[in-house]
Amino acid sequence: MRFNGSETYVATDDLNLAVNAAITLTRPLLVKGEPGTGKTKLAEEVARALGMPLFEWHIKSTTKAQQGLYEYDAVSRLRDSQLGDPKVQDISNYIVRGTLWQAFTADQPVVLLIDEIDKADIEFPNDLLRELDRMEFYVYETKELVRARHRPVVFITSNNEKELPDAFLRRCFFHYIRFPDKETMEKIVAVHFPNIKKTLLREALEAFFEVREVPGLKKKPSTSELLDWLKLLLAEDISPEALRSNDRRTIIPPLHGALLKNEQDVHLFERLIFMSRQAR
Amino acid sequence: MLAGFFLKLKEHKIPVSINEYLTLIQGMERHVISPSIDEFYFFARTALVKDEANFDKFDLAFGEFFKGIENLIGNAFDVPLEWLRKQAELTLTAEERAQIEALGGWDKLMETLKKRMEEQKGRHQGGSRWIGTAGTSPFGAYGYNPEGVRIGQKESRHRRAVKVWDAREYRNLDGATELGTRNIKVALRRLRRFARVGAPDELDLDNTIDRTARNAGWLDLQMRPERHNAAKVLLFLDIGGSMDDHVRLAEELFSAAKSEFKHLEHFYFHNCLYDFVWKDNRRRHTERIRTWDILHKYGHDYKLVFVGDATMSPYEILQPGGSIEYSNDEAGAVWMRRMLEVYRKAVWLNPEPEELWPYRQSIAVIRELMGGRMYPTTIEGLEKAMRALTR
Repeated sequence: MRFNGSETYVATDDLNLAVNAAITLTRPLLVKGEPGTGKTKLAEEVARALGMPLFEWHIKSTTKAQQGLYEYDAVSRLRDSQLGDPKVQDISNYIVRGTLWQAFTADQPVVLLIDEIDKADIEFPNDLLRELDRMEFYVYETKELVRARHRPVVFITSNNEKELPDAFLRRCFFHYIRFPDKETMEKIVAVHFPNIKKTLLREALEAFFEVREVPGLKKKPSTSELLDWLKLLLAEDISPEALRSNDRRTIIPPLHGALLKNEQDVHLFERLIFMSRQAR
Repeated sequence: MLAGFFLKLKEHKIPVSINEYLTLIQGMERHVISPSIDEFYFFARTALVKDEANFDKFDLAFGEFFKGIENLIGNAFDVPLEWLRKQAELTLTAEERAQIEALGGWDKLMETLKKRMEEQKGRHQGGSRWIGTAGTSPFGAYGYNPEGVRIGQKESRHRRAVKVWDAREYRNLDGATELGTRNIKVALRRLRRFARVGAPDELDLDNTIDRTARNAGWLDLQMRPERHNAAKVLLFLDIGGSMDDHVRLAEELFSAAKSEFKHLEHFYFHNCLYDFVWKDNRRRHTERIRTWDILHKYGHDYKLVFVGDATMSPYEILQPGGSIEYSNDEAGAVWMRRMLEVYRKAVWLNPEPEELWPYRQSIAVIRELMGGRMYPTTIEGLEKAMRALTR
């Protein structure tokens, strides 16, 4: 079982190595990186490439660790008891299984994605230590121990909104997806737009990396924004010439709204261009 | 051999544990990687380093361990970015900085810097590749690009690991701050006051049982509003001038506070509080908020947090017209007292080291105005401050 990228996902060597190490040693892999560098996509692609089902657990600010394990639906039990339903005798009828439980008890090894763990409460990762380490947990209501039949391949993504506790980090492997360089970026674009004109691609990438170099941007455009932008360029049928400028930063790239999402960034960008014009 | 490597990492203050070390060995045993140094580098990093902020330290340690002592000198010459940043802030005034920008000389400056770097490289024969930015224009390396300028390796196309750790590409991510966002948040948690407000959407189990029993066993569901953190905070941040040194800290504090409190209002002031403040620093001259309006708008149950170095001329606090920016009718001290009368719970966080306080007259004045409630921005100081606010 080895992952080496896929037709629709370009993975660098170090990323492949981290994924394979996590699979072999069955450790959770914590993936960080700039937004839009394909952290969530990674789990999907690994699941597809290895032919495993994918269980996704998307974390929100209100998510509790317990919800991933199971929830005891006391209210319906109470209601059923009012109606004299015989189901009420067995408490396990009211245990609702969470994503982790489903992943643990699947018939085959699965990929489990815990998406954006940093969105949750600051104590959230601490509440999952034993579950991720030993891959088991205890259900108090039914006095039963749920243990993983096959240790799932766990991917955890984080956007660095909160720092994660050390005890949690020690149990994970860690990979930081670097922003792709030009070569990798060309590969990525080739995967998504196989028919794009070479010249357009070159000019677009040049413009894109130039925008990224602009100092002081609040949110640098990322891979997913580049792909959106290219889609627009193709849809509007913009010629490569329109992207080209003899002097750097003398024109605003067309449709730059797809690259810069922040009003302040757009202002800054326009100001810089204005200034460089004045300077000449 | 690996034990030596492990200790080397410890030496570089990378938080590694025995467990992680054992995992590394286990991985080697199970042939996760082919026997090549490149793959070992990547695997060791994946298994041992859990924060991209430590990648740079790891690269250094790795290079040192596998190359022997040749970098010892390099390390000594490596000027920390922090220092460069300080230099830039100390040497250049705001106008000068603006000048550089306006002249478009920035690129030129960078070019010279790059040239110097290349000269340096040549002289040292690549022996200590990471001799930093020493000797060359210090303000070149920092100034407008808040992430610093990545010197020497603008674009790395080398995917080979030997190059990767030499390039030290993660240098920018190294955040050796004593006070991490997490620490701040944990300290701020002391301020939490939970209260139930809003729409009733949570099942109140105890009450339901009670009412059901009273209802002769017929279910009577009781709902109640969810618990929220109801602490209300007014945050006043000193900005500009001497506070430039502490911008990063103020930013961290602010971002941590913002996610912790539902009712958080922030305002900026310069040096001392006068009759107006502002919310957006770039529009400070056009969008002012009168301090009176704040006093009237926010109830007295708000808690007041000032962040500032309180370093100024005492006249700026005590004299009408003492402000360095405009002529103020009433002295800063008057405004401070007015605020403190309305908001009883108030603290002043001072990023200057506590040892310095006695030597600055203005700090003493502010401290007295605050009734002694001035705390340093260390973890301990922050905790004390939060305790003072909840008292």
